[in-house]
Amino acid sequence: MASLESNFLGIKSPNPFWLASAPPTDKKINVLRAFEAGWGGVVWKTLGSQVKNVSSRYSSVNFGSRKMMGLNNIELISDRPLDLNLKEIKECLKLFPDRAMIVSLMADNDKKSWHELIKKVEDTGAHGLELNFGCPHGMTERGMGAAVGQDPEIACMVVEWVMEAATIPVITKLTPNVHSVVPTGRSVVKAGTNALSLINTIQSVTGIDLDTLVPNPYVAGKSVFGGYCGPAVKPIALKMLTTIAQDDVTNKVPVSGIGGVSTWKDAVEFMLLGASNVQVCTAAMNHGFRIVEDMIEGMNNWMDEKGFKTLDDFIGKSVEKITHWEDLDINYHHIAKINQDKCIHCGLCYIACEDASHQSINLEYGKPYNNYTVKDEECVGCNLCKLVCPVNDCITMEEHRVAPEYLNWIEFQKKGLPLNDH
Amino acid sequence: MAVINNRLSKEQYAENFSDIHPPFETADAALVEANRCLFCYDAPCMKSCPTGIDVPKFIKQIATDNIKGSAHTIFVSNIMGAGCSKVCPVEKLCEGACVYNLMEEEPISIAKLQRYSTEKAMEKNWQLFKRKEATGKKVAIVGAGPAGLSCAHVLSREGIDVTIFEKESKGGGLMTYGIAAYKVTPQFCEAEVNYILGIGGIEVKYNHELGKDISLAELKKNFDAVYLGIGVGVARRLDIPGEKLEGVVDAIQFIYDIRAKGYPSVPVGDKVAVIGMGMTAIDAATQAKRLGAKEVTLVYRRTEAEKPCTDVELDIAKLDGCEITWLAAPKKIKGSGGKVKQLVCSVMQLGEPDASGRRSPVDTGETFSLDVDMVIKAAGQVPFEKLVKKFKIQNSKGKITIDAGCATNIKGIFAGGDAVNGGKEVVDAVQAGKDGAASILSYLGIKN
Repeated sequence: MASLESNFLGIKSPNPFWLASAPPTDKKINVLRAFEAGWGGVVWKTLGSQVKNVSSRYSSVNFGSRKMMGLNNIELISDRPLDLNLKEIKECLKLFPDRAMIVSLMADNDKKSWHELIKKVEDTGAHGLELNFGCPHGMTERGMGAAVGQDPEIACMVVEWVMEAATIPVITKLTPNVHSVVPTGRSVVKAGTNALSLINTIQSVTGIDLDTLVPNPYVAGKSVFGGYCGPAVKPIALKMLTTIAQDDVTNKVPVSGIGGVSTWKDAVEFMLLGASNVQVCTAAMNHGFRIVEDMIEGMNNWMDEKGFKTLDDFIGKSVEKITHWEDLDINYHHIAKINQDKCIHCGLCYIACEDASHQSINLEYGKPYNNYTVKDEECVGCNLCKLVCPVNDCITMEEHRVAPEYLNWIEFQKKGLPLNDH
Repeated sequence: MAVINNRLSKEQYAENFSDIHPPFETADAALVEANRCLFCYDAPCMKSCPTGIDVPKFIKQIATDNIKGSAHTIFVSNIMGAGCSKVCPVEKLCEGACVYNLMEEEPISIAKLQRYSTEKAMEKNWQLFKRKEATGKKVAIVGAGPAGLSCAHVLSREGIDVTIFEKESKGGGLMTYGIAAYKVTPQFCEAEVNYILGIGGIEVKYNHELGKDISLAELKKNFDAVYLGIGVGVARRLDIPGEKLEGVVDAIQFIYDIRAKGYPSVPVGDKVAVIGMGMTAIDAATQAKRLGAKEVTLVYRRTEAEKPCTDVELDIAKLDGCEITWLAAPKKIKGSGGKVKQLVCSVMQLGEPDASGRRSPVDTGETFSLDVDMVIKAAGQVPFEKLVKKFKIQNSKGKITIDAGCATNIKGIFAGGDAVNGGKEVVDAVQAGKDGAASILSYLGIKN
């Protein structure tokens, strides 16, 4: 059986599944329940100057009958007294010494405050610190959170302050509310951060109540932008993670992957794109801590099937597979094939192709069931039909190379090959 | 053994005749089902609906919380969409064609979803259609059944003043009088008729029977066009000895009485034989059982493979405890003191295929007897042959003959529904009414 043991900057945990800094990690009772459920570690909800939260603070986006495809929150950092948090952190560490305990920090914007906070947190025996440079609401107006992460220079300065005082590993958490996470990532790596984590939440409006016309979440007739997370943000997080994994400066430090991780498959994907471990929040908020059981089992079974013995055997393996468009092989061509034995005649492939793609599916009228076949010569191989088909593996993409040799766009142009061949 | 009424308590009647297909309890339940729909293109369910309801669209509209739009989508194709959601044999229509069947998955509960939207529209009395400006044209419709009401609604929408002549005291036709009460209640049918008439421009003259209270000549004279949606009449005669005995009843009359007079008033035997295996036969058999009959036997001259009712209907009868006797044709009803005592049947076997393509039953010469005190005849209904002939309307054994444009041989007189096809589903009659209206509009020179 494969080993899920994780070593992140020397911080060991029995598995790579940490709970992200968020409501599920804001007090002892939750954290102990999480550890009992089997989570490898937690990032304790951000500490700083105590704040006051508003009552209504979450809203979400549903998809069909599925709730919370995306979640948004306007909660601030911990609203509990600092001393109480520190005391509870210590107690949790004592009860579960084998789990990772990272503490998220967002001090007031001066060196002294950061140094004082770091000292207090290190006294608890915590294993690492995570700098919250990402929170997109509330704290930004006070010059903190995403306001720091969005400016590489400020971020660099704060990390330098932190590194002067910290004696335990420091992870800097990046905000996605930028055109690219790389500039801030580089800046904080140069300033000495030991690791990066990403992404924090994305500024968002989840929707509007069509009776009151007030956007969500409703707070006494008003709303504000909230931080978006959950399954909906995963593709964005994966992209940003990849840019960090492919940059020569930022890929020198380990990365903790965050953003919509809900299942073992999501976790594997983040790790394949360079994350050494993952952090989870929305999925736990949706279903509770018990989800970690399947995450552990699922990853373990997958590793066994693939012959991976340790996490390091597969971390980063897909990074090189994401290339530049110019490097893609233009001679690669595939076309859709509809398995007539599996087809249920729903017509979804047909109408998608007809209205939105290349009119490559033939409709042979039948009552009540039409028959659908691909016009091989028209099909560009866009995948749309396969994506909309409700039956697994009914539509497959079959390889029909234009030519055996690799040919990229640059060479294609040089050769003066015809553009309108399709 | 006796044929008596008032066999059960009020509570037992209520339980036995409660809604067999209950609605979604909550909006959430409807939403879960609506979201399961794949939203097929050129959907098989839609093609399998005689009225062509855009099923994926109305279901999608439930999912997007546009219930008003959903109800409109249904009613625009089928103004009796609410009733049809309760009485349609969906297992052989929309739901039978649902692509989920091909995935070995449960089909979408189309009828239940249709009921969800249409009942809400009726409950809130959303009037989803506006009459166009009056054209000054007047059309008479005979029969306020599904065909007549459907025809009237389309015509009224187009600005025509419609007068319906109905021989009963209530509208709805067989929907109101000829279907098992556990599918639709008389109260529902009345509400549905009122909802349809809510558009305005349709006057119904109840207790007006063609050939008795009004003549076709009068209608021809006073209206610009006439539509005959007169349906079919009594059950087919068995033409066997003993048919006149006390205890032999017509299924349609039996069902009519249950609905018109109330459950306790309708007498039922201890041991009942029902002749036939169509939807009406099932409705009669199950309701005889539910009225308190101890034994009910359905007698059919062919086998299960040829039965006209659906598997779902047959299962209802079986679950109600009805016995089924295949390959048995009634030969004689024996009586004593003028009352039914025994049904003698011939044992049949299947021979060569007949005109319907089904293998026809052939008498083996053997017989057997069932001890019964009541025989319900449900071997199909016969058209109003005398009436049709009296008015010199071209017909085939009483079934009115129409051309592709729903016109009869008499200029300005159109027909449709059971009166033409001899008896099909409610949903078929609704479509016939729409077709008739389209033809009348074109005859009157009005662009639809």
